Amino acid sequence: MTLLFEKNKFVTPGDQLAEGDFIPGNNTYRDGEKIFASRIGLANLDGKTVYVVAVKGCYVPNIGDFIIGKVIDMTTSGWIVDINSPYDAMLSVSEAVERQFNTQRDALSRIYNIGDLLMAKIIAYDRTRGPVLTTLDRGLGKITRGRVISITPTKIPRLIGKKGSMVNLLKTETNCYINVGQNGMVLISGSTPEDEDLAILAILKIEAEAHTSGLTERISALINDMKIKRGLTNVQSKTGETG
Amino acid sequence: MSVTPSTEIVAKIRQRHLIELIARGKRLDGRDLADYREIKIESGVIGKAEGSALVNLGNTKVMAGVKISTGEPFPDTPNEGILTVNAELVPLASPTFELGPPSENAIELARVVDRGIRESKAIDLEKLCIVPGKNVFVVFIDVYILNHDGNLVDASALAALAAVLNAKIPNYEVKEGAVQIKEGHSKLPTKNLPITVTIAKIDGKLLVDPFLLEEQVMDAKISITIDQDEKICAMQKSGLGIFTLEMIQESMKTVLEKSKQLRKIVTG
Amino acid sequence: MSKVKPEKLVDEKGLRIDGRKLDQLRPIKLEVDVLENADGSAYIEQGKNKILAAVYGPKETQPKHLALPDRAVIRCRYHMAPFSTQTRKNPAPSRREIELSKIVRESLEPAIFTELYPRTTIDVFIEVLQSDGGTRCSGITAAALAIADAGIPLRDLVVACAAGKADGHIVLDLNDEEDQFGQADLPVAMLPRTGEITLLQMDGNLSHGEFEKALNLAIEGCKQIHAMQKEALKNEYVLVKEVAEETVVAEETVKVEKEEEGGEA
Repeated sequence: MTLLFEKNKFVTPGDQLAEGDFIPGNNTYRDGEKIFASRIGLANLDGKTVYVVAVKGCYVPNIGDFIIGKVIDMTTSGWIVDINSPYDAMLSVSEAVERQFNTQRDALSRIYNIGDLLMAKIIAYDRTRGPVLTTLDRGLGKITRGRVISITPTKIPRLIGKKGSMVNLLKTETNCYINVGQNGMVLISGSTPEDEDLAILAILKIEAEAHTSGLTERISALINDMKIKRGLTNVQSKTGETG
Repeated sequence: MSVTPSTEIVAKIRQRHLIELIARGKRLDGRDLADYREIKIESGVIGKAEGSALVNLGNTKVMAGVKISTGEPFPDTPNEGILTVNAELVPLASPTFELGPPSENAIELARVVDRGIRESKAIDLEKLCIVPGKNVFVVFIDVYILNHDGNLVDASALAALAAVLNAKIPNYEVKEGAVQIKEGHSKLPTKNLPITVTIAKIDGKLLVDPFLLEEQVMDAKISITIDQDEKICAMQKSGLGIFTLEMIQESMKTVLEKSKQLRKIVTG
Repeated sequence: MSKVKPEKLVDEKGLRIDGRKLDQLRPIKLEVDVLENADGSAYIEQGKNKILAAVYGPKETQPKHLALPDRAVIRCRYHMAPFSTQTRKNPAPSRREIELSKIVRESLEPAIFTELYPRTTIDVFIEVLQSDGGTRCSGITAAALAIADAGIPLRDLVVACAAGKADGHIVLDLNDEEDQFGQADLPVAMLPRTGEITLLQMDGNLSHGEFEKALNLAIEGCKQIHAMQKEALKNEYVLVKEVAEETVVAEETVKVEKEEEGGEA
């Protein structure tokens, strides 16, 4: 049983990661006894699972994921939603409104129209058809205020952090409502545009430096420095909180 | 744009049967892995063409016609005749051949046959010069697929070669820079006999002369053209699969042997 | 205006017209992530070759009936810009470009995990901006990087290199003169980890022995270029990039203000 890398080693497709009794995790594949990387990224080990945190990759839907998508088409019974993945998602009327929907009386466009951004949850997905969404849960539905930015889906876990530590830090420090879609889309809504700018800046920095350590301290420091610059606070940088 | 082709769906049972047979060194039609199907070549079948041939390779039927005219040479080869090879996957030959401009398969086929003839100098293009820089013979070889049962490359290469060997150019005389056609014809000057052998790879095994079902199941094939001096003049791997270095070396040995066999059939 | 045949392609000292030794590659420069809109992109300079590769996808196949039920469809276009050659090239696809589009697609497809994205399409575009021999190989080398840059899972980085014969010598990485006036050209593409060959073509005149020598030389060339591909990816992704405040906030955000206005995802 051999492991051929040290933690966070940069790998490219075809690089050998391990040999023997390991489990091939995300962005790796097995060929005989050996495990190889299938995407560009940083190799890591979790128990017996060898995996790669990819620097880039399209969003692969999982049941239960919260996502932000854009309505791009309507059918007789629902909407087609672009969720930034190779497959467009379907949202049927029954998953959007709880009351009875009468096609003659009600118009689909009154509920959601083409171009609307929605917060939704994936309730079904298999290889034979595209992902299926719902907006019935609490907090889901049309996005009416704030800004939405797009980052590489593979960086979302780092943006959220262990048990939400990173995104909670951002929310407190920037005083913004931040909702992270697993598909790389992030909603930021603050009381002032400057607050929103700050949050977005921090998020993009996290995307760029997701693979480095000490990120939480640097983000905290960045936000504080920006606040000082904008005259929002007089307090010098705190040393990093846990995260 | 080249697009991944949708493959004809072959029933799994048939595929498995084919592969099991191949593992035992045999094929569905009873051949050994290195055997060609029955080859029949008829020359001079189209009187109005300057040269022609019909090849039957198993059930694959290909006709080649040679038309010769005269024209201006290319500026960078003022003393050479011009050769053009074209191939048509005629719709009547297969339910999969569509009407329209040549598909990438037709173009690839024509260019592979062209390379074999051109690089081996099968046609002596220098002897096709009438008035240097002004007038040369222009040779068109048109390959016409009439029935597709696999291995269009080898059948087309054979048909093209046989048609070339069958072809005649008019006798002429150049007097004071003017060309005068005289009576009679001479053979189109040739100086080599290139033969193309195609090998398909199915489940890691190499087979010569795949027929249609084998082509639908194979993952890749390689066509190698050998001239009469055992020199390699063209090669083309095609298909979505891979070849290892060992497979290429093995294929080369088979091709060298088979090309001698086929050459005997062409020269009759 | 076509080229004049040089008196000699290889001189008495075994040096070629551009000063290279018989087994020497042309200088190569590789860059990744060079185009903003494409999902993945790469740029290669190999000698005087200048080629751009871009990848879009995987995205849902439209129209739906053209989709494959169990894998992604790869669409590949190899194209030469009209100003890429000595004599202007007609922009319409030539027979050569059509054949090369097929050959290039077949060289890349074995490496892509197409079965992970059924019913989608992955587009690969190769644009030759300047051509000086061996463009299909340079194009494949760049396209593989572009596919990896797009985050599409690959078994390996496909790499390509040609060898051939000039003035009777077996040489590596033919330039345009050597390709035109030499005696053989052998482009090869492979998966470097396993040595499996995904593209193999040859035209010219080679004995069996010369062919073996040229093939092995091309494979050697491929291995050297593969190291450069990995270096290019490392240079792009390992260096931490500073995020400039003004530019980023202005370009990359999308506002969703009121109900009436549509937003852009």
